[in-house]
Amino acid sequence: MIFGVDVASMLLGGVAAGMVLFIVSVGLSVTMGLMGFVNLAHGGFAMLGGYAIVQAMKHGGLGFVPALAVGFVATAAVSLVFERLLYARLYRATELDQVLFTIGLVFIMIASVTLLFGPENQPLALPPLLQGQIDLGITQYRTYSVVLIVIGIVMVVGLWLAFERTRMGAQIRAAVDNRRMAESLGINIDRLFTVTFAFGSGMAALGGGLGAEFLGLDPQYALKYLVYFLIVVAVGGLGRVTGVFYAALLIGVLDFVLKKYVPQGGTAFIYVLTILLLLWRPQGLFRGKAT
Amino acid sequence: MTSSSPSLADHPAALALAGRHRLRVWEPIPWVLAIALYFAFPKHLGFGTELLVTILFAISLDLVLGYAGIVTLGHAAFFGTGAYTVGMLAKHGIWNEPITGLILAAVVAAAVGLGSGLVLLRTQGLTLLMLTLCTMALLEEAANLGHDYTGGFDGLDNVPIAPLFGVFEFDPLYPTTQYLYVLAVLCLCFAFVRTLVYSPFGQSLTGIRENMLRMHAVGAPVRARLVTCYSLSAAIAGIAGGIWAQANAYVNLGTLGLDRAATVLIILVLGGYGRLYGAFIGAVAYMVLSHFLAKIYPTAWQLGLGLLLVLIALFARNGILGMGEALWRRLRATRAAS
Amino acid sequence: MAPPPGDARGIMSAPLLETRRLCRNFGALAAARNIDFRLEAGARHALIGPNGAGKTTFVNLLTGVIQPTRGEVLLKGRDITGVVQAERVKLGIARTFQINRLFRGLSVLENVYIAVAERIGAAPSMFWPAGRRRDVVEESMHLLETLKLTGDASHRISELPYGRQRLVELAIALGLKPEVLLLDEPAAGVPSAESHIILDALDGLPKHICVLIIDHDMDLVFRFAERITVMVSGAVFASGSPREIGANPDVRAVYLGQAAHG
Repeated sequence: MIFGVDVASMLLGGVAAGMVLFIVSVGLSVTMGLMGFVNLAHGGFAMLGGYAIVQAMKHGGLGFVPALAVGFVATAAVSLVFERLLYARLYRATELDQVLFTIGLVFIMIASVTLLFGPENQPLALPPLLQGQIDLGITQYRTYSVVLIVIGIVMVVGLWLAFERTRMGAQIRAAVDNRRMAESLGINIDRLFTVTFAFGSGMAALGGGLGAEFLGLDPQYALKYLVYFLIVVAVGGLGRVTGVFYAALLIGVLDFVLKKYVPQGGTAFIYVLTILLLLWRPQGLFRGKAT
Repeated sequence: MTSSSPSLADHPAALALAGRHRLRVWEPIPWVLAIALYFAFPKHLGFGTELLVTILFAISLDLVLGYAGIVTLGHAAFFGTGAYTVGMLAKHGIWNEPITGLILAAVVAAAVGLGSGLVLLRTQGLTLLMLTLCTMALLEEAANLGHDYTGGFDGLDNVPIAPLFGVFEFDPLYPTTQYLYVLAVLCLCFAFVRTLVYSPFGQSLTGIRENMLRMHAVGAPVRARLVTCYSLSAAIAGIAGGIWAQANAYVNLGTLGLDRAATVLIILVLGGYGRLYGAFIGAVAYMVLSHFLAKIYPTAWQLGLGLLLVLIALFARNGILGMGEALWRRLRATRAAS
Repeated sequence: MAPPPGDARGIMSAPLLETRRLCRNFGALAAARNIDFRLEAGARHALIGPNGAGKTTFVNLLTGVIQPTRGEVLLKGRDITGVVQAERVKLGIARTFQINRLFRGLSVLENVYIAVAERIGAAPSMFWPAGRRRDVVEESMHLLETLKLTGDASHRISELPYGRQRLVELAIALGLKPEVLLLDEPAAGVPSAESHIILDALDGLPKHICVLIIDHDMDLVFRFAERITVMVSGAVFASGSPREIGANPDVRAVYLGQAAHG
């Protein structure tokens, strides 16, 4: 009985972490599926958003939720500017150029943040409502983790609905599956990409802010967790919202469990698993249909 | 079957192709400069050794990236494999002769390259990039975990390397032997790569990079070529790592880290990939700049590096050498016009 | 290779390339439907049909770029359905692409060199300079001469007009010395003043090679082909001599119908 409770509480922790991974990574997956653009700076947008949220709460006196909104909008706006001015020039460029550009962008982001705010971790003060424990019947659990799980589920359902039921969602799905055919149908891929890029970066900002409490928030955030975001996207599939969701949960839970039971070799296991998964299904584990 | 008229072989295009591999006038310059550095700056030979090793590592990356078109962020996997092979064999008293140690490093690194290449090179794009990253990170983790053999996080210190040819000692304070040793190895490896690049094999690699689909359509065994290229490059990267361990008498996890892999990629792109000498120019430019700036203003250095990368990706994809070529062509065009 | 006994164009001689009930579906779209096709040694065959008829898909199936959903491809009686593209080239099938697939950063000579080097088996050689393989260089130059490309030999593909690039595309295919040559719209983009170069090159091919041309240029097709197959919606619609096809009212209807719909 107690063992079951232990496992459950650990799973919940992993699931909560997975939700944050999902919120950050989903934008990356869709933009990569849409344009094939390797955006290694995505973690940087999550970091910028996190910083914006923290600063809004600290110096702007905003509450947690309004600060999240500010972070979303501010990061989406900044990413929009980057996209129009810089990213757009590299859509037809080689993969190497995209990798170099986005690495350079991340360096700029990290250095700017360090210069402005210093290299220390930025503590995020959760509102008292979200702190503490909540009674789940079987056990007491951290309120915030439960809240994260709820938010994550709401997000994935909302996104799924948006993709399946709206016209823009249908256009995105069509473009991800076959870009040339979508273009010949008159879909403006560039404009679609701009919108998804801004939205995706905003989502990353949300993830950065929501996860700051246990993932930390310092200038190295942008690169520290980049590998995780990339793994989630690669395993979940490009442009597949539900795929990314399951992959994020998988990685989140695995990482949590491994850190508890196998603190030494945990990360190695995740790398091995990723390698095996990608070799088995290079297009991602959770592809919708075969090409 | 084909009648070859004598005039065809003398066609300028055929002659150009036939003479492509010949040494150009300026090609001895880097080596002359390297020897000059030995005499002119005897106090900076430590820096010089590091520079030469970096050039060798960048050359190995140029082979896979510049000529075969494989984008990898995990090339330090082979550098570290070579370094740890040499380090572990020497530290645990098994083997410490430098030259044969290097050969062993090359063989082990090539084996890792062959194994990972056979498996990874079935994929492309982001998946391949991820897999190279994961493979390297995996090796790094393995080195961390096997601390009984590898020294773990602290690495292997005071690795004993036998004197070269039994005579020339590797003195950490006066790295004269190291410098000349590394220079000789670099020269040999460069000669090998240069020959490879101008051979029909090298030509087919360029074909694969330019249009892989077309290479399939002319009957080329594309994957076999890529795996061979990858293994050879891994061997050379392993030599670079091994020689780094010998010169520094030290191995640590940094030899397998993302930092080293990303830095060598930046260096190669800065100098110009696919051009053999881009590695030289990029390494010199980067290391000189970083030597002066990185320690004093690390954050500003990172900012500047980021800006540089963005500018390169947008405007100067072919690096310093590429810009030089473009300038040269424009000069010739204006001179021809006037 | 010596031509098969008897009339090289005789219907009784064994086919060099053959497909049996070849099918390929893309989801619900049937791009190839039960295609039975034969190409004898020495054949000069044209494949025509409205846009979207599946002609390029058919060539992709023949060359191994895509796998059939059902059916077989046979070369000299041997089942090659599972053989990969590069292997089929080694077995003697070469093609040109509808849109040029060239090594754009390399010179014209180097482009053809790569193909010839692969065929001869010089490509894996690592220690001898490429330019010193006189046999490969001379054969490549000879091919360029056949296609009137010697003047462009040093130029990079990216510097050439599209029509010239098309000729390089053909040179590469010829450099593979195939027994089966599949040309996907070889004249598309070539200025009419130069299209005779292609025909002359094809005329100069060894008689035992079989050539299949896809094209929309009816002049070229009727001048070149001894046999024409019409494809519509993924299936063989009609097949016969140029005169028969030209006189066939159904064929006319298919094309006129296409023209009416634009």
